[in-house]
Amino acid sequence: MSEAPGPLQKTPLHPLHAELGARLVPFAGYEMPVQYPTGIVAEHQHTRAAAGLFDVSHMGQIRLTAKAGQNAAAVLETLVPGDIQGLVPGRMRYTQFTNANGGILDDLMVANTGDHLMLVVNAGRKVEDAAHLRKHLADRVEIEELFSRGLIALQGPLAADVLGRFAPQCRAMPFMTAAFLTIDGVTCYVTRSGYTGEDGYEISMPGEAALPLTRRLLREPEVKPIGLGARDSLRLEAGLCLHGNDIDATTTPVEAGLNWSIAKRRREQGGFIGAEIIQRQFRDGAPRKLVGIKPEGRAPVRAHAEIRDRQGKLIGIITSGGFGPTANGPVAMGYVAAANAAAGTPLQVIVRDKALDCAVAPLPFVKHRYFRG
Amino acid sequence: MSTVKFTEDHEWIRVDGDTGTIGITDYAQEQLGDVVYVELPEVGRQVEKGKDMAVVESVKAASEVYAPVTGSVTAINDKLSAEPATVNSAAMGDGWFVKIKLSNPAELDKLMDEASYKKYVEGLG
Repeated sequence: MSEAPGPLQKTPLHPLHAELGARLVPFAGYEMPVQYPTGIVAEHQHTRAAAGLFDVSHMGQIRLTAKAGQNAAAVLETLVPGDIQGLVPGRMRYTQFTNANGGILDDLMVANTGDHLMLVVNAGRKVEDAAHLRKHLADRVEIEELFSRGLIALQGPLAADVLGRFAPQCRAMPFMTAAFLTIDGVTCYVTRSGYTGEDGYEISMPGEAALPLTRRLLREPEVKPIGLGARDSLRLEAGLCLHGNDIDATTTPVEAGLNWSIAKRRREQGGFIGAEIIQRQFRDGAPRKLVGIKPEGRAPVRAHAEIRDRQGKLIGIITSGGFGPTANGPVAMGYVAAANAAAGTPLQVIVRDKALDCAVAPLPFVKHRYFRG
Repeated sequence: MSTVKFTEDHEWIRVDGDTGTIGITDYAQEQLGDVVYVELPEVGRQVEKGKDMAVVESVKAASEVYAPVTGSVTAINDKLSAEPATVNSAAMGDGWFVKIKLSNPAELDKLMDEASYKKYVEGLG
């Protein structure tokens, strides 16, 4: 992502990052911790083994409230292909804002709080997303940017043990559910979700409560702070798309393998921006597919590297790639022509003018361990 | 008696006679973070002062390593293929990259000694 000039914004947890010895980098207009002193590999492994705490306050929290006589879910469905009307209170879903070409303006989580819809969108897109919502929906829903709120993710197999000490009800929440819980005296909006492939929670709280509450959670012995570096390696191993890398305004949900996020009713009825193209791709298939790619050697392949078939013909491009500490080797994702997308298909990826042997690999690289109840 | 010299790109070279052992400095490994892969040149390859010699990959990114001086590669550190993290744990020792036979030892005069390098790194903040 290119960084706009100008002063960087700070999340409510910024003072803590400095205190914890984080290496801070510009990310989506914010000064964010890429790693703490233990380093990315140790942070990654800690999250898979215990509980990692991530500052994700830079992401955009947006609240939608129906105006009189309106149904906020039905209104939002005009901009996203997800089944929002099917979300009962206390449930959440992953979806995308689409454009007229069926491309992905951003991906987001939508939760039904009962009274409102709570959206969590990407940091680098939140201003544009709010403008998009306002442009299309302002006559029918109230749109509130809650950008000063804090948001942390607590991820890993011990996350439920830790959070359960503060709010026992959280233990029984299944994956992709949401509830208002009191944690250390603070009313938080907690979802059982995350972006690491592990069990865990995202916890939204008033900005002024973020620092004390996070300090409190970090005092639990299982919890360590985790930076954006490990967040990226964790989500890549989990086969989860990063907007701006794996998905963007030029890629459709079908190409990106996000078919699971579009319910049958929406596929049939359409009614969102770019529906014709997405419906056609459901019917006829997409010309290219986002796939997992596993290099045979130890050398990582990185975003923007060319993908060729074993005869040397250009068939696609790597969109995310790096080293997977849990996979214990290089892992990547990229788009390939539909004919080359089957698992096991041999490929080459060009790194520093050399062709490295790779193969299409099933996603995720590391099995998801969500709590399904 | 060996001498160690340093470059502004954070390589070190330890010279014994006409042979130099080359690696990256402790400062460099710390900046890179966890090293997960090292690509080394073949034995026999000519390397040229200031030009690409090797690549070191951290979790986040790939970085070039430049030859501090001109010469031909006489040995590479095979240990790094199986244990690239040795670069983190022992950057100035077991984490060495290559040994070269120096073509022009006078090039060493332009490099920093340990005290100058230390001062240089402190100046980077």
